[in-house]
Amino acid sequence: MIAYRAIRIVQLGIKSLLLHKMRSALTMLGIIFGVCSVIAMLAIGEGASYEAQETIKKLGSNNIIIRSIKPPEDTSSGSSGGRRSYVSEHGITYKDAGRIQGTIPGVGSVLPMRIIRENVIFDQNNIPVQVIGTHPNYPEMTGAAIMRGRFLSSTDEGRQANVCVITVSLAERLFPYQDPIEEEVRLGADYYQVVGLLQEQGTEKQRAQSGNMEGQPLDSNIYIPLSTARSRFGEVVINRSAGSFNAEKVELHQLTVQFHNPESVEAAVPQIESLFQRFHKRKDYEFIVPLQLLRQAEQTKRIFNIVLGSIAAISLIVGGIGIMNIMLATVTERTREIGVRRALGAKKKDIITQFLVETVVLSFGGGLIGVMAGVIIPLLVSHFTDMKAIITWWSVILAFSISGLIGVVFGIYPASSAANLDPIDALRHE
Amino acid sequence: MTGKPIISIKGLEKLYILGEVEVRALRGVSVDIEEGSYVAIMGPSGSGKSTMLNVLGCLDRPTAGQYFLGDENVATMGDDELSDIRGRRLGFIFQSYNLIHQLTVVENIYVPLFYQGKDLKDYERHCERLANLVGLGERLDHRPKQLSGGQQQRVAIARSLVNDPLMILADEPTGNLDSKTGTEVLNLMDKLNEAGKTIVLVTHGPEVAERAHRVLHMKDGVIDREVINRKFEPRKQANSDWLSAIEESLGLKTP
Ligand SMILES: Nc1ncnc2c1ncn2[C@@H]1O[C@H](COP(=O)(O)OP(=O)(O)O)[C@@H](O)[C@H]1O
Ligand SMILES: [Mg+2]
Repeated sequence: MIAYRAIRIVQLGIKSLLLHKMRSALTMLGIIFGVCSVIAMLAIGEGASYEAQETIKKLGSNNIIIRSIKPPEDTSSGSSGGRRSYVSEHGITYKDAGRIQGTIPGVGSVLPMRIIRENVIFDQNNIPVQVIGTHPNYPEMTGAAIMRGRFLSSTDEGRQANVCVITVSLAERLFPYQDPIEEEVRLGADYYQVVGLLQEQGTEKQRAQSGNMEGQPLDSNIYIPLSTARSRFGEVVINRSAGSFNAEKVELHQLTVQFHNPESVEAAVPQIESLFQRFHKRKDYEFIVPLQLLRQAEQTKRIFNIVLGSIAAISLIVGGIGIMNIMLATVTERTREIGVRRALGAKKKDIITQFLVETVVLSFGGGLIGVMAGVIIPLLVSHFTDMKAIITWWSVILAFSISGLIGVVFGIYPASSAANLDPIDALRHE
Repeated sequence: MTGKPIISIKGLEKLYILGEVEVRALRGVSVDIEEGSYVAIMGPSGSGKSTMLNVLGCLDRPTAGQYFLGDENVATMGDDELSDIRGRRLGFIFQSYNLIHQLTVVENIYVPLFYQGKDLKDYERHCERLANLVGLGERLDHRPKQLSGGQQQRVAIARSLVNDPLMILADEPTGNLDSKTGTEVLNLMDKLNEAGKTIVLVTHGPEVAERAHRVLHMKDGVIDREVINRKFEPRKQANSDWLSAIEESLGLKTP
C-alpha cells in the first residue's frame, strides 16, 4: 500500500518532469557533471597515490637507505678546474656501516653496495653494466628473485671469489645462444664465473616503461662479492667522461639498513643522522626513509582528496542551485495545478512531497548518470594512458548520496513555497 | 435523513485586510441548503459570490459565523482537516476546467481519490465508468490538450463525482463555453441533480439560474433576495446508487 503510493508519487514526478524533457535534462546536467567529477577525480587521485605508495613500499618500509653523494663543494671546484684531474674522496665508509650495525638499536641487517660502471665482455658481446659489489643478503633485502643457480655466498665473500650473478635481462643479451651458468665473463682485467641469474623486484610492465638510462637498461647488473669488488677494482673509481678524467674515492655507494619493525625505524632516524654528522665533515650522504616518504605520500593524498572533494562539492552545490532555480520556476508555472490539487483534497504535506520527489528524481537521476560517467571515464583514462585510476566504492556512494541529499536540500524551499500557497490564490493564478 | 439541510450557515462574515483597507466581502450570510437541492447564486460582480462559494467549498475560512457541512463544523477546522473534507465530501467544477495536463482523462478523474490514499488499480473501473458517463468512454488515455473545452469540462464533472460528494460546487462552469456545449454541460448537471446530487452553482446567466430550485441573489456581501424557481421535493429515501440511475436516464448501458 505505502509502496504502491510511493511508486505512484515517483511516477507522477517523472511524468511531470517528462513534460519538459529538455529543461529536466539541462537541470540534471549540473548534478551529472558534479557526481561524475567527484568519482573520476578521486579515482585518478587514488590511482596516482597508489602508484607512488607502491614505489615507496618497494624500497621497504622497515628500511633506511643511505646513499653517497658528491658534496656540493666538490661539484663546483670540479667544473671550474678545467683539465685538472683530482680525486674526490667522499661518501659512506665501511666504518659507517660497522658503527650503524654496532650502535643503533633495532637494526636487523645492513646491506652495503658498491656500484662501479664497467663493460662486461663475453665472446663478441661487450655491454656497459653496473657492477654491484654487495653481500649475500642482497636478494632477501631487496626482494630480488633468484631465477636460476644461486646468489653470492659468504664463502665467496670470504675468499674474494671471482664469481658473479647477472640479471636475467643481461643474460638474454650477453648469452643469446648458450646457457650462462658456469660461463666466464670478463669485467675489466679479470674473469668471473656466472653462478646464478637474478630478477630484480618489479613488474615486467614497469621495466618496459623505465626504458634506457644513459644507454643501458636499468637492470643490466652484475653482482659480485663486495670483498672481490674492493680487491679487483680498488677504492678509487675512475669515470671517463668527455675527455677529462674524473676520479672519485667512494667506499660504499649505498647502505640499506633494515630494522625489525617500523617503530625502530623512526627512533633510529635521528640517531643515524647524528652519527653521520659526527663523522662526516661535509654532507656527502643522503638518507631515504621510505616510511617517512610513505607518510608524506599519504598526507599529500589526503590534501589532494580534500582539494578535489571541495571542487567537486562546489560543482554539486552549483548543480543543486540550478535545480532549485528550475523548481522555483516550475512552482510558479504550476501554481494553478497546485491550487487544483489542494481543492481536490491535497494537504500541504502532499504538495511538499510531490515537489520534493520531483527534485529528488532530478538529482538522483543526475546522480545515477553521473555515477555511470564517473565510472567509465577513469576506466577510459587508465586504458588509454599510463595513468592508473582506482575507483573506490566509497567515492561512488558518497557522490551518489550527496546528489540525493542535494535534491532534498535544494528542493525543500521550492516545495514548501508551493505548499504554502493559498489554495484560492493558487486557483486564481493565471 | 433526506431533506434535512446539508449546509447550515449562520451569520457568516469574511473580511479581507489589504494593508489599510478592509474589504468586507461577506457581511452576515445565513442560509440552509437541503440535501439534493440545486441552488444558484447570482449577483453583480464583486458582490461576494466567489467568496461565498470558496467558504462553502472549505477553501477559505470565514472570519466569523457558523458553517456546518453535514454534521461537521467547518468554521473551526485546521488546514489539513479542510483538505480532508474537500477531498472526501466535496466536488468542484471550475470555470476554466482546471484539469492537470500531464495526466490522462482517467488519471485526472482519479486525483481526489489519490489524496485519500486510494489505489488507482482498485478504482480504475469506477473512473472509467464516470468517464463513460460524461461521454468520454472512448478517450480514457487522452490528455487534456487533446480535448475540446466542453470535453474538458465534462472530465471535470466526472472528477467532481469520483468521491461521491455530498455537494458539487461550480463557479460559472459554462463561462468559457459556447452556448451549445454550455447547454450540454448544464443538461448533464441536471441529470446529476435528478439522481440526488446537491449542486451549488455561481452564474451570471439567468437562463442558467432557471435550472436551479432556488436562486440566491447577492449584493454587497449579503443575500439580497431569494427566488424559488420550482419547489424542491426531497426524496423519500437516499439514492444510494445514483451512478446507475444517471446511466439509466442517459440511456447508457452499465459497462
Ligand atoms: N483575496 C482577496 N483579497 C482581498 N479582497 C478580496 C479577495 N477576494 C475577493 N475580494 C473582494 O471581496 C469582494 C467580493 O469578491 P468576490 O467574492 O470575488 O465577488 P464576485 O465573485 O461576486 O465577483 C470584492 O470586493 C473583492 O474585491
Ligand atoms: Mg467571482
